[in-house]
Amino acid sequence: MISNITMASLKEKISAFSVKGILLPVFGILVFILLWQVGASRVHTSLGEFPGPVVVYEQWNSLVAEHQNERVKADKFYVRQEERIAERQAKDPSYAGIIRDYTGKPTFFDQIFTSLYTVLAGFGLASLIAIPVGILIGLNRSVYSALNPVIQLFKPVSPLAWLPLVTMVVSASYVSDDPMFSKSFLTSMFTVTLCCMWPTLINTAVGVAAVEKDLLNVSKVLRLGWVTHVMKIVIPSAIPLMFTGLRLSLGIAWMVLIAAEMLAQNPGLGKFVWDEFQNGSSNSLGRIMVAVLMIGFIGYLLDRVMLAFQRFASWDKTQVLR
Amino acid sequence: MTTHLDISHVSIEFPTPKGPFKALDNVSLKIQKGEFVSLIGHSGCGKSTVLNIVAGLYDATEGGILLDGREVKGPGPERAVVFQNHSLLPWLTSYQNVELAVKQVFRKTKSKKEMHDWIMHNLELVHMTHAADKRPDEISGGMKQRVGIARALAMEPSVLLMDEPFGALDALTRAHLQDSLMEIQKDLNNTVIMITHDVDEAVLLSDRIVMMTNGPAATVGEILHVDLERPRERLALANDPRYVDYRTQVLTFLYEKQRKVEPIQPAVKTKKTAINAKVANA
Repeated sequence: MISNITMASLKEKISAFSVKGILLPVFGILVFILLWQVGASRVHTSLGEFPGPVVVYEQWNSLVAEHQNERVKADKFYVRQEERIAERQAKDPSYAGIIRDYTGKPTFFDQIFTSLYTVLAGFGLASLIAIPVGILIGLNRSVYSALNPVIQLFKPVSPLAWLPLVTMVVSASYVSDDPMFSKSFLTSMFTVTLCCMWPTLINTAVGVAAVEKDLLNVSKVLRLGWVTHVMKIVIPSAIPLMFTGLRLSLGIAWMVLIAAEMLAQNPGLGKFVWDEFQNGSSNSLGRIMVAVLMIGFIGYLLDRVMLAFQRFASWDKTQVLR
Repeated sequence: MTTHLDISHVSIEFPTPKGPFKALDNVSLKIQKGEFVSLIGHSGCGKSTVLNIVAGLYDATEGGILLDGREVKGPGPERAVVFQNHSLLPWLTSYQNVELAVKQVFRKTKSKKEMHDWIMHNLELVHMTHAADKRPDEISGGMKQRVGIARALAMEPSVLLMDEPFGALDALTRAHLQDSLMEIQKDLNNTVIMITHDVDEAVLLSDRIVMMTNGPAATVGEILHVDLERPRERLALANDPRYVDYRTQVLTFLYEKQRKVEPIQPAVKTKKTAINAKVANA
């Protein structure tokens, strides 16, 4: 009897889940594609019709094909080099060949990769600064009062405002004959850092300041040292808010990055969009739309990854995270 | 018998926008080693303030606390506190919660193995070894309070301070924990100050019951010596005329001599905000 009831309720739950979890989202996406198709055909630009879903799909295929062609070319390039070196070495055993890097045009997927590591570098640097500073601010009201105006001043600044300054500073200070990073990468990364560190900083500070009074009393009664106090009581208590901040920061970082790459000419998705815009062929709008969807999708994936980290790090497993 | 803990002429004032508010006035109490003392009084009378001053979480405006003849300043593990709402760290297991205290107190005097044994011994005392690896949100309220007691006991305190330790528990769990506490007390013979608003709890557990007058400027009203031999059995005592008499004496004090005047005067309100303000500054 009981098992029948639980089975029935289980089935109900499963069907409720498939309606809410699968059917409704699919329905939403289908409606969106339909509206897009209908709407797109009515918008005319100097580069032709606004790209509808079909055009975008075609452009996606062509981008995939370009990527594959480029890979084949690169492979051939390296094989040719090796053959040539082997030939020379057969004649002259003392000859040590140099393998030169393939310098073909980066494909859409190379650009995605560039964007990803640029955003992660910028976000990583921002976290390295924001978390410790946030903890300090949260622990000490005086530090908070001193830093708060500065934080509030810089928090709303757009990446486009920072970018010229960052560009000039990077070109002036990063001078090297054999640079490890390209300047466009550094410029984009620092811009991302400057714009995305604030949510982590503020949320960490709030989390640290909101440690339960009772837990602070426990720490006092135990006479915990400063380091133990911070490691065992303050940081664990602040973790939920810290992750809220980190997720907001990563979202901002990804948005800022595209703008930064456009202007800094970092070979990522931002540059892809800019180049296609400048190119102005009949395919350009479709390709830009592919990039738009890809940017959205990657942003979503980045948030899911952070959510997974948050679930892993959170001590309160009953908390609903979404 | 010499005095172990001497609460000597303690007064405390909290600053408020309307000028200083005197919460406690000239509270004096001498407690001997191994004595179990309850503080009872209406809510808002400053019982918790007394405990917090002994714990070192508040500083007395006048007077002070002497432990074995030496003045104590600031909190410390020799005056361990069992908090009303357990105050376990939610991200640590029961074992780790006790471990944090043990490591802090004994890291120089005990080896790793000894510390482990000591943690397990204390969890054993409160019958919580089975949940050593459970986090607070996985165990019941009564179990959390047991772990809280284990953590306090594990510090081997000179004085154990309990702030309404069973106040948040249901009646059955409370009775169960009171029995456990009496059992532990029989073995360890700790010096205990317990705050309570439960008359039965006070009579059952205490050697002395300190009844406090209503605030503001609360102080010690009467002190009742509970001369019931130990071990005490709650069922046997329920009809014992001496028990009933002690109970009546406390009730008389609380409900006749120190009847709580309702509605609460605005002064009580300002006191609450004063405490909050102090906490915010701390």
